[in-house]
Amino acid sequence: MSDPQATGPEEVAGGDDSRHWWRLIAIWVVLSAILDPLFYFLAGPHIPPGTMTNTAAGAQFDFNVLFVIALPVLLGVWIYMIYAFVMWRASRGGPDPVGGPAARGHFGIQLGWILITSVLVLFLAGFGTYELVQPGGAGGGEGSSPIWTPTSKTILPIQVIGQQWKFTYRYPTFGGFETNQLVIPDHTSIEFNVTSLDVIHSFWAYQLGVKADANPDYNNVAFTTPQQLGSFTVRCAELCGIWHGAMYNSGVVVTPQNFESWAKVTEARLAQNTKLLPPYALTYTPDANGADGGYYPSNDPYSKVEQYGAKQPKGGA
Amino acid sequence: MRSMAWKVTVTVVVFAVLAVGAVILVINLLGSPPTVEYTADSSGQVNVTLQAVGNYGSGSHPSWVSYLVQAPNGQWVHTTLFQLPQHVRVNVTIYQYDSGSPLRNQQLGQVTGTYGNVATLNGKAYRVLNANVGNGAAHTFSMPSIGLNVPLYGNNGNANLCGAAPCTTTSPHNVIRFSFTSPGAGRYRWQCFVPCGGGYLYGNGGPMSTLGYMGGFMQVVA
Repeated sequence: MSDPQATGPEEVAGGDDSRHWWRLIAIWVVLSAILDPLFYFLAGPHIPPGTMTNTAAGAQFDFNVLFVIALPVLLGVWIYMIYAFVMWRASRGGPDPVGGPAARGHFGIQLGWILITSVLVLFLAGFGTYELVQPGGAGGGEGSSPIWTPTSKTILPIQVIGQQWKFTYRYPTFGGFETNQLVIPDHTSIEFNVTSLDVIHSFWAYQLGVKADANPDYNNVAFTTPQQLGSFTVRCAELCGIWHGAMYNSGVVVTPQNFESWAKVTEARLAQNTKLLPPYALTYTPDANGADGGYYPSNDPYSKVEQYGAKQPKGGA
Repeated sequence: MRSMAWKVTVTVVVFAVLAVGAVILVINLLGSPPTVEYTADSSGQVNVTLQAVGNYGSGSHPSWVSYLVQAPNGQWVHTTLFQLPQHVRVNVTIYQYDSGSPLRNQQLGQVTGTYGNVATLNGKAYRVLNANVGNGAAHTFSMPSIGLNVPLYGNNGNANLCGAAPCTTTSPHNVIRFSFTSPGAGRYRWQCFVPCGGGYLYGNGGPMSTLGYMGGFMQVVA
């Protein structure tokens, strides 16, 4: 029986340090080599928002790449922690735990740490920036003068109009009809011109990987290209009043032939009302027909009754 | 030590009382108006009757514009909550007593989601209401989740309009009728899309943001 008190700190801490390091590294490499591909190929294809459009697929790819890079870092921390719990825990009746040798001044560890973290962070900054600008702004609102545009020469413009509390959609290349339905053709570049006619909303077409703020008197442009048929959800992502939570609907991606057919039928069906809409413009200013959405004249000293097309209400509207 | 325990006890009690008071206040503020329950008649249809008034005329907000729902016994109820069975024909009659104005978005002038995408105004069918002419649109009856939208023609603002609900047909009014099929069981929001909250910025506060006035729910049961 050896006397525990006579044992040196290094021996208490684990004896041969290099043996522990090599064991830790081996466990870390093996687990990372197994779990990273498992995640990427099994879970990766199911990560939201899916692959309905090129921008959604881009968002999914970005998430998967970031996860594959982050997973080994996470594993490194967890493996070291669990290994330390198992190998270096204080045993009952044993000597009091003491600290190991100081790591400071170890040139190799310092250099390795700085190099690895620098490479990781710089790569992620470059990767993230590149992914943000392609394809065509990655589905985000780019303001009124987008600089990252799709390469396709044929782009279908659709105006998205937010209002308390629903979205409507206007198709300028089909006579400018405005409808509650968002129907878009497959494999066609779409230009969403997002605006609002009252407060700030946010157009979030989740499965399309598109999200753009809808500001009054402002045209916020976002691009995407569908690559799968199916339905998708549109939600308002900006708290916009009491019924904000109910401000959602669904849209659908159809074949170009079906879209053409739907658009022509809808254009004809809504023709009577389309004639009454204001001329198509990149912002939708209600002042055009008088109902400017501000205070009613009886309550607003700055508004003239004459601004309204019809006579003024006595009671409510 | 005893004084510390005493302070802790008093602090906990005070916080508990405040928390309970806040909960009671919120519950009262969120108090919901009553729900009018409709059942299908012998032909399997449901008849819903509403009225829209420019001034409710009493209560805490007498100047607010409001909808009312007529219960099956004929009584007008100040609510915007009603319940009906699923997958039945719903025949809606709206007595519209308010004046009108242009729509903020004429897209809402289109009748959608009804049988034939049509409604009747005082017996005459219409698919589109041009809110820029005549008396304009007073309100809409809209349920976005099922694509239902019916614009309601306004009354002449210079006429002697009804000033307190429930209004009767002796006051100037329009009668709008339409039918739709009730969807599957669930809770469906409906609202007026004319920003008729006079005095509130963008007209969407006040009655437009309060249950029992210009927005509510249609509860559909199996």
